[in-house]
Amino acid sequence: MDLDLMITSFPKLLNATLITLKLLSVSLVLGLFLGLFFAILRLNKNSFINKFAYGYSYIFRGTPLLVQIFIIYFGLGQIESLRSSFLWVALKEPYWCAIIAFALNTGAYTSEILRSAFQTIKPGFIEAGKSLGIQSKIIFYKIQVPIAIRQSLPAYGNEIILMLKGTSLASTVTLMDLTGVAKYIISTTFKPVEVFIVAGGIYLFITFIIHNVIKYLEKKYSY
Amino acid sequence: MELLAFGKTGWGDELFIATLMTIAVSITALLIGFIFALIFTPLKLSKNKFLNLIANCYTTVIRGVPELLVIYLFFFGGSGAVMFVASIFGYNDYIEINAFITGSFAIGIISGAYSTEVFRGAIQSIDKGQFEASKVLGLKKSIHFVKVIMPQMLRLAIPNLSNVWQITLKDTSLISVTGLVEIMRQSYIAAGSTRDPLFFYSFAAILYLLLTFLSMKLINQLEIKYSKGY
Repeated sequence: MDLDLMITSFPKLLNATLITLKLLSVSLVLGLFLGLFFAILRLNKNSFINKFAYGYSYIFRGTPLLVQIFIIYFGLGQIESLRSSFLWVALKEPYWCAIIAFALNTGAYTSEILRSAFQTIKPGFIEAGKSLGIQSKIIFYKIQVPIAIRQSLPAYGNEIILMLKGTSLASTVTLMDLTGVAKYIISTTFKPVEVFIVAGGIYLFITFIIHNVIKYLEKKYSY
Repeated sequence: MELLAFGKTGWGDELFIATLMTIAVSITALLIGFIFALIFTPLKLSKNKFLNLIANCYTTVIRGVPELLVIYLFFFGGSGAVMFVASIFGYNDYIEINAFITGSFAIGIISGAYSTEVFRGAIQSIDKGQFEASKVLGLKKSIHFVKVIMPQMLRLAIPNLSNVWQITLKDTSLISVTGLVEIMRQSYIAAGSTRDPLFFYSFAAILYLLLTFLSMKLINQLEIKYSKGY
């Protein structure tokens, strides 16, 4: 055990944690909107819209995140019209490529979680709203969405943790996140165990916090 | 399509072999995972607090740490660890472990943590009467496990194990960082030499989709087989 290395690498890894957390939070927020959007499409009665949303979630859940990142980061630059468009500002940056890939990926999982949450809402709640003469828009935002959020909290908590682990793939497109820096230190010092303990410890600490926040929210919104 | 031709002109045969490699690594990793699960599930269910703690540490750490980090640990630390063990037995030459073994072990340990949770859940949801009944009948412990608990556990575990399989299959793409030539690595090589990454990575995505689709079909068959009589 090389304690010195563990101590000297800790601040470097902590610094890199900021990038990990930034990647995580931005992609989770974007992914939540995507997920909600596609969950609503899934519940649509039009079979074409329905199938489109299903196809999206099937493709992004059936392929590895690494492939998705590589297609976006290495692949999209090949399209000439894309390179001359305004989108190129974002797509030439590995940071935004990673975020786009993460957001699309977590959006697919989130849409499944929200869809099943919407589907498990007791019809009685909606009927009660209808019989009170509440507009269907308000029923959706004031009755269905809050219940669905509560229902999906445990599964969404898991998804946040999976996404935290997913952000480690940003290191494959040259971003120096927690895993990227850990790999750099390992490959320069050849002390994998020490670095693994420190970096893994940081990941576990973040997981621990997320787990407890979700648990607190679950308790708070239980009925 | 020319790019996918078999033989020297295209990448068809290389990608086909790479797909077989992905399947081989996934299955090996899944089986290694089952071995870990067989060790850790009893520990999780045991009444001994210390054994409990060991099993909980295993599943918590593995499920909380990114797969890539675990793979780096094995990739950079694997041969060192084996050489350390070998040196105890008096063997001091350099040992290099091949990427297949490192990779399937790394993914296997990850998949084992998920399998452990699945088996634990399945065993815990078997009716208590089943355990009591085989005790009353005086069945031997081994027969009780193989003939009474296993069949019921498998039925409950298969839907969740199919998730574990999917996770394992997708995780194998990460082994490409160690240089093992599976789908991702082969696409990376092909993309580099043809300068057509969009095509090859999209094709890799299609291969993975095909693998998940086909394995889901197979697992559904298994599910039907094991839920006979219910």
